[in-house]
Amino acid sequence: MIQVKNISKSFSGVEILKDISFEFEKGKTNLIIGKSGSGKSVLTKCIVGLFEPDIGEVYYNDRNFLKLKPKEKKEVRKEMGMLFQGSALFDSFSVEENVAFPLRMFTQMTNAEISERVNFCLQRVDIINKNSLYPSELSGGMQKRVAIARAISMQPKYLFCDEPNSGLDPVTAILIDELIKEITVEYQMTTIVITHDMNSVLEIGDNILFIDNGVKKWQGNKDEILNVKVKELYDFVYVSKFLKKMKS
Amino acid sequence: MIKSFGKYVLMLYYIFLKPEKLSVYWKRFLDEIIQLGVKSLFIVSLMSAFMGAVLVIQTATAIESAWIPDYTVGFTVKQSMLLEFCPTIISLILAGKVGSNIASELGTMKVTEQIDALEVMGVNSIGFLIGPKIIASLFIFPIVIMYSIFFGFLGGGLVCYFTEIIPVKQYILGIRAFSEDNFIFIRYALTKTIVFAFLITSISSYFGYYLKGGALEVGKASTNAVVYSSIFILFANYILTQLMLI
Ligand SMILES: Nc1ncnc2c1ncn2[C@@H]1O[C@H](COP(=O)(O)OP(=O)(O)O)[C@@H](O)[C@H]1O
Ligand SMILES: [Mg+2]
Repeated sequence: MIQVKNISKSFSGVEILKDISFEFEKGKTNLIIGKSGSGKSVLTKCIVGLFEPDIGEVYYNDRNFLKLKPKEKKEVRKEMGMLFQGSALFDSFSVEENVAFPLRMFTQMTNAEISERVNFCLQRVDIINKNSLYPSELSGGMQKRVAIARAISMQPKYLFCDEPNSGLDPVTAILIDELIKEITVEYQMTTIVITHDMNSVLEIGDNILFIDNGVKKWQGNKDEILNVKVKELYDFVYVSKFLKKMKS
Repeated sequence: MIKSFGKYVLMLYYIFLKPEKLSVYWKRFLDEIIQLGVKSLFIVSLMSAFMGAVLVIQTATAIESAWIPDYTVGFTVKQSMLLEFCPTIISLILAGKVGSNIASELGTMKVTEQIDALEVMGVNSIGFLIGPKIIASLFIFPIVIMYSIFFGFLGGGLVCYFTEIIPVKQYILGIRAFSEDNFIFIRYALTKTIVFAFLITSISSYFGYYLKGGALEVGKASTNAVVYSSIFILFANYILTQLMLI
C-alpha cells in the first residue's frame, strides 16, 4: 500500500500539483488518469522520489519515504520497479543485460542464478529467444515487455507504469494492460498505472485517481466512472460526440 | 554561472560516493577504457603522424642554413611535439571526439529517462555513469598521448626518409639530443594530459547529465561540451606552463 498525503509541487513558481492525497491499494491496479500535462508524471515522480514535493508525505506501508535516511531509501527502492513512458531500456545493454542489471547491482546471486531469473522474467512477459538483441532491434511493444521484465526482476512490492501503452496499437496496448494486471494480482504488488486511455481505464481500473490541472477531482473505480457527474471527468470520459450520444 | 559551478562541484562529490557494487563498476571502467581510449587510437595516430611530418618540413625549411646543424630539426620537432603538440593539440582533438561523444551519450540517456531508471532502482547514477569515465580517462589519456608522441616522431622520420629533407640519421640524433631534459618534458606533458583528461570528461559529462529538454538539446549539449572543454584546456595549458616551465 502506498499513501500520499497533501502533495503539492511547483516548478519555478508554477504550481503543478495542488494538495493531492490518495491511497494506492495492494494487489490492485491503481490508476492515475487525466489529460496530457495534468501532472500525472510529476505526481508519480514525487512518489518514487525523483522529485521532492514542496509539501506532503509519501508512505510505503507506513514508512515515511521522504523522511528516510539515504540508506533506508535505497532499501525501499529495491522494492520498487518502474516502467517508463519510453521504456528507458539501457541502449548499450542487450535484452538479457537489461533485465539482469538490477540483480547484478544489488544481489549476490551467481551468474547461473541471475540467468535463470532473467529467463523466468522474460518468459513471464512472453519474450522468448531475444536475449542477445539490443533495445533498438525490438518493436515498441517488445521494448515495453522487456522493460516490464526488468521492473519485476527484483520481485518488487511496488510497480509504477507511466503510460505503459502509449505509442502502441490498440491490440498490443490491451495485451500490455492485461499483463500488468495479471502480474499485479499474481505477485500481490501495489501497482500504479498512469494513463489517459479510456480503454485501459475500463479494463484495469480497480482504483482510480482522476487529476485535472494538478487537482484531484474524483476517485473511484471502473464501474463507477461511467456514471460520474463531475464535469471535468465527464468530458474526459466522453470525449467524442459518438460516446456522448451513446450515453444519452 | 556560479550556480553551474556549484552543480559541477556537487557532481564531482557524487562521483566519490561508495559504489553499490565494485564488480559492476570495474566492468564499466574497462568499457570506458575501450570507449575513450582504444577507440581514439586510430584518429590520434593519424593526426600525430601528419603533425610530425609537417613539423619536420616546416622546421627544416625555416632553418635552412649552413651554420645550423641538421640535427637541430630533429631536436626542435621533439621539443614541440613533447611540450605542446601531443599533449595540447591532441587533447583538443580528443575534446572534440570524446567530449561530444560523452555529452550526447549522457544527454540521450537523460532525455529517454534511462538516468531516471537508474535513480529509481537506487543506483547513484552520477557515480555509475560518470565516475568510470573520469577515472578511465585519467588512466588511458596519458597512454594515448605517449602513443601520439611515438607516431609524431615516426611521421617526422618517414618524411626524412622519403624526401631526404634532412638525413634520417641526423633526425634521430636530434630526437635523442639533450636527453637529460626528457624526464622534465615528459613529466610536464603527462601532467598536462591528466589535467586535460579530467577537464574533458568532467565538463562534457556535466553538459550531458544536466541537460534539460529533448533531442534538440542533445546537439546543443554536445557542442557546449566541446567548446567549454576546449576553452578550459587552453586556460589550464597556460597556467600549467607558467607553473611548470618558468
Ligand atoms: N522538470 C520539470 N520542470 C518544469 N516543469 C515541469 C517539469 N516536469 C513537468 N513539468 C510541467 O508539469 C506539467 C505536468 O507535466 P506531466 O506530469 O509530465 O504531465 P502528464 O500528466 O502528461 O504526465 C506540465 O505543464 C510540464 O510542463
Ligand atoms: Mg506523462
